[in-house]
Amino acid sequence: MKEKNDHKHANRYGMVIDLDKCTGCGSCMVGCYAENNVPFKPDETNKLDSINWIRIFKLTNKKPYPDTEVCYLPMPCMQCDGIGKHGHSPCVSVCPAVATDYDYDTGIVSQIYTRCFGCRYCMAACPYHARKFNWWDPVWPADMEKYLSPNVSPRMRGVVEKCSFCFHRHQLAKDKAYLEERKELEEDEYQTACADACPTGAITFGDLNNKDHAVYQLKNSPKAFRLLERLETNPKVYYLTSKEWVRRAGDNYLAHEEPGKLNHTVKEHH
Amino acid sequence: MKETPLIPAGVKRCSKWQFSIWMAAVTAVLLWGVYAMFLIWYKGLNQTNMNDAYGFALWIWADLAVIALGGGAFFSGFLTYIIGKNELKNIINYAVIIGFICYSSALLILAIDIGQPLRGWFIFWHANVHSMLTEVAFCLSCYFAVLTIEFIPLILENPKLDKKPFLHHLSHNMHGIMAIFAATGVFLSFFHQGSLGGVAGVLFGRPFAYREHIFIWPFTFFLFTWSAAAFGPCFTILVTKVTELITRKKLVKDSVYQLLAKISGWMILTYIIAKTIDTLYWAFVTAPSKGFTLMDFYASSTYNIGILFAEIVLCGFVPGLILITKRGRENSFLLMTAVILAVIGVSLNRWVMVLQVMAVPLFSFNDWYAYMPSWQEVATTVLPVAYGLIVISLAHRYLPVFPQEKELNPID
Repeated sequence: MKEKNDHKHANRYGMVIDLDKCTGCGSCMVGCYAENNVPFKPDETNKLDSINWIRIFKLTNKKPYPDTEVCYLPMPCMQCDGIGKHGHSPCVSVCPAVATDYDYDTGIVSQIYTRCFGCRYCMAACPYHARKFNWWDPVWPADMEKYLSPNVSPRMRGVVEKCSFCFHRHQLAKDKAYLEERKELEEDEYQTACADACPTGAITFGDLNNKDHAVYQLKNSPKAFRLLERLETNPKVYYLTSKEWVRRAGDNYLAHEEPGKLNHTVKEHH
Repeated sequence: MKETPLIPAGVKRCSKWQFSIWMAAVTAVLLWGVYAMFLIWYKGLNQTNMNDAYGFALWIWADLAVIALGGGAFFSGFLTYIIGKNELKNIINYAVIIGFICYSSALLILAIDIGQPLRGWFIFWHANVHSMLTEVAFCLSCYFAVLTIEFIPLILENPKLDKKPFLHHLSHNMHGIMAIFAATGVFLSFFHQGSLGGVAGVLFGRPFAYREHIFIWPFTFFLFTWSAAAFGPCFTILVTKVTELITRKKLVKDSVYQLLAKISGWMILTYIIAKTIDTLYWAFVTAPSKGFTLMDFYASSTYNIGILFAEIVLCGFVPGLILITKRGRENSFLLMTAVILAVIGVSLNRWVMVLQVMAVPLFSFNDWYAYMPSWQEVATTVLPVAYGLIVISLAHRYLPVFPQEKELNPID
């Protein structure tokens, strides 16, 4: 029987990344690679066919020294809620074989590797380039296969993969809660690998619908913004910055427009 | 001549040796493409120059382009069997063959393009009814079946096959009910041509492609159907004219060309007016609401504003205006110019709606994405052309494709 979705009480997992704290160290990427069995090439020079579930961009304000400012921006999958927050994220609605799905209980956009037949329409639809194609079969250096996580299936050539907000950790936490006859998860019971790995605490993860979780307050900060918000993708990854130029770099604005004053025109925020 | 029983009576064909040399040359090109195809199936899509930014590239363009150009089949069928333009019966066979080649090529390209070819059937089995690509797959496959049914009676008219009473009657009866298949083809084509437009138009994360909707259909849905119906017949005319050039004989009367060109001209002109309105609305309403100006989309040296001018004015209004005027249609230079521009125009539109969508950066800290196809991609794109030439060569030699050929080329 089809499970009834209770949107009102569902969890809605999301992330808040404080760009003022991010040093661009790359720990989040390393943590993610190890946790999710993300394959890598012998030569990673060409980033356009590299697989990574979280990438770090280096932004500058394009001003000459001494006014130069740098900001590092980690970008995982935005786990978009889509227009009207109905789960019609850009990628989910276009996949012809339902190989990517929106989980109404968590708000997480999944990828079913054994269902994906590699048409790449989801990649064309994603404005964040969060989706990666397996151009090659994964090849691990000698003995490294022994160190792969048993909780995450490695992906084969010819399919698309992407950040899952470490969904296997959610499953493990839910199993534990079930055994302990609990329905709700504590905030620290389910955390992503990138949030765990971040040495400066720039990444905060939790339930955006839960007032007791840190992300609930953080997303309402006046410093908060989301990437390409005007496209109405409704991302569940928020960013914090005190710098106006960073906020402006996160979206597109006409010459006369100011980021902070446009929010009323964007549909469905919180 | 030994081959006479296979060649329709009353028509002249080139010698067996001449034909064999031609076929050997085209087959060599075909084999090059087949080699590349197996290389891709064996080694994977790493044989291409596609990347995570260019998930859709040369093949998807080729797919969209051949389907648009093959649109001559459904629209000519519509005009012949539904509207009753009987004169077009003199070119409909060829339109069907061209359509058959285009659609079988499109299906082949899709089979090469997917990362897991053995899972291709998932699109039917696990169908997501919200995806435009699902609609494309269903309608495209069904319409290919219709085109095959339309092609069969012509194959059965081969003199050797026609001698068998069963095949003769089968062909005759199939001709009798062809209007039903033509109508089915029109219905299916409306949806899959439209869905191909929808593939780009629904991408609300890609402001270059995204268009406003009428109910669930973005404007591109209607524009793609309209453009296929408008430009497809131009491709039919072009291929027929080239066939005449190669075979050095007139195959279709000028009055047939004139009629098809006139209808195509009006369709092109009305389409390009609608496309202009769509472009203006997108440029001045849709794009600014997402924070983009028109020129943001044309800020690259490759994709500059010239491409928009070429698509709408040079390859849209110009052929449309030529073809709606009697003088333009009757002047063979102008007719050919218009037809070639029209074919380029619709192909350019499909290119823009696939490759430029991928190229446009969405963040100020990203640059334009570049892409150059690998030889394997080029070879597999040339493959359908070689395949098409082989099918056309065989069809022209052994089947009575052009009803007016005998009359126009009497044998003493």
